[in-house]
Amino acid sequence: MKLASPDTYAKRLVASVQDYALLAGQAIRNIFTRPFYSTDTIAQMDYIGVGSLPIVILTGFFTGCVLALQSATSLKEFGAIEMTGRLVTLSMVKELGPVLTGLMVSGRNASGMASELGSMKVTEQIDAMRALGTDPIRKLVTPRLIATVAMLFFLTILSDACGILGGSVVSIVLLKLNGSAFFHTGYMSLRYGDVIEGLTKPLFSGFIVATIGCYYGLRTTGGTRGVGKSTTQAVVASSVLIILCDFIVTQMMIDIFGR
Amino acid sequence: MTISFEQSPSDPVVEFRNVSISFEQNHVLNDVSFRVFHGETCMILGPAGGGKSTLMKLANGLLRPDSGEIFIFGRALSSMTEQELYEMRAHVGMVFQESALFDSLSVRENVAYRLEEEHVPEAEIEERVVAALRFVELEQAIDKFPAELSGGMRRRVSIARAIISRPDLILYDSPTAGLDPITSTTIVDLVVKQRDVSQTTSLLITHRLQDAFTMATNRYNQESNQMEPLPAGETDSRVKFLVLHEGHIVFDGTTLELTHSTDPWLQAYLA
Ligand SMILES: Nc1ncnc2c1ncn2[C@@H]1O[C@H](COP(=O)(O)OP(=O)(O)OP(=O)(O)O)[C@@H](O)[C@H]1O
Ligand SMILES: [Mg+2]
Repeated sequence: MKLASPDTYAKRLVASVQDYALLAGQAIRNIFTRPFYSTDTIAQMDYIGVGSLPIVILTGFFTGCVLALQSATSLKEFGAIEMTGRLVTLSMVKELGPVLTGLMVSGRNASGMASELGSMKVTEQIDAMRALGTDPIRKLVTPRLIATVAMLFFLTILSDACGILGGSVVSIVLLKLNGSAFFHTGYMSLRYGDVIEGLTKPLFSGFIVATIGCYYGLRTTGGTRGVGKSTTQAVVASSVLIILCDFIVTQMMIDIFGR
Repeated sequence: MTISFEQSPSDPVVEFRNVSISFEQNHVLNDVSFRVFHGETCMILGPAGGGKSTLMKLANGLLRPDSGEIFIFGRALSSMTEQELYEMRAHVGMVFQESALFDSLSVRENVAYRLEEEHVPEAEIEERVVAALRFVELEQAIDKFPAELSGGMRRRVSIARAIISRPDLILYDSPTAGLDPITSTTIVDLVVKQRDVSQTTSLLITHRLQDAFTMATNRYNQESNQMEPLPAGETDSRVKFLVLHEGHIVFDGTTLELTHSTDPWLQAYLA
């Protein structure tokens, strides 16, 4: 393999960031102009939203369980075991719910989009679509973008709920804590800003999953091997970006709400 | 906003002016110029990797040339916006080398694709899809998926998809490549039928010289619904040839000029 010199590498990097930005911009612009592919959007919502239910529910639930177990051990040392509900709720709503759901959906759907669009690209179906007068960004990317952002939002809420449920089950059944105290402390600890923070994150993650998945899919070259490569790259890039973005949004929210 | 692609019959439908394109270090087309007029069939011949498919994608605006200008229906592609390009493509049918059918859609949906996009009424779509599939003799495959079809059937579905909107220009990329002689004869038949029934301008890439000559020496008889040879020694004057070699046009002319060419490379290629 030939290694690229640093300046070619940098140029390529800048060019791909530019291509990505153009794609994302175009995908957003298409939301506001005709024609709009509502059937494709609904089909994607079904695939992304309903299709991700099992993994999101399961990961949410068990994360809540683990969180309760882990925090109870530490809190016990400080004699604050009744704070478990508060800790589980806050961590789920602010951090773990959004990030884990984002990562799960990224693993499932960024890869799915990259491989589907990638296969279409290498078999010239994308060119065929353009030749038949359809803008592939409008037909393929925009519906996925809308569907992912909308569905990730609701999936995150679901994941938060399942996590709190999981935490409460562990607290009540294994740790023998008071169930109503668990929910009460949890509920009382939540502020407006926490909920906003928890619900802002999935909007960004959804955007990242859809645009990165489609971007790597559409720039696939080099046959089936290229499809595999784009799929991997899409998952890696979107996962890293989700966590990076999570960090930035958290910092922003701390600046805004002071916690 | 709709733009007009009307033009006078004496103007070329496709015109390349000094078009060059390269992929990284690979100069695929060098200074290519040619014209195709209304009702003509331009056969594009040449060895594999000579840039034929690239030329066809350029003609449909799927690729942009590095230099030079391409005119389709008298309008320069470089002056068109993305939106106008999509409108231009509505008048162009394209058959891809590997068929490029949408594999998540059935044959019916593939053929109907363009009409669905144009919001044609359902009943009319159904009627036209059946008619287009009948044209390529594949009515029985209407509910199949591309993966269930043979290569030749896929090629024919692809032709049906390209002609359903009654385009003014059809680009056929290797419609007979890799097919058995019987299937490729069927496809040559279809192309001749399309040419003589609808008088559509077309560009056709082929590796099979005999197919190209069949098209030049046969006509479609609409009464008997069959292809029949022209009287001996006659060739269809609307068929012209373009031979591409290593990114250059080495021949541009009629059938007779091609067969009587004295260029040694061409003679070797044709032999
Ligand atoms: N997207 C691309 N990226 C890089 N190189 C390309 C691309 N498309 C084509 N090429 C190169 O351009 C040259 C011409 O390709 P093209 O597909 O036009 O050939 P062709 O004449 O259609 O060949 P064939 O008869 O085998 O179909 C080849 O050397 C190919 O490697
Ligand atoms: Mg080719």
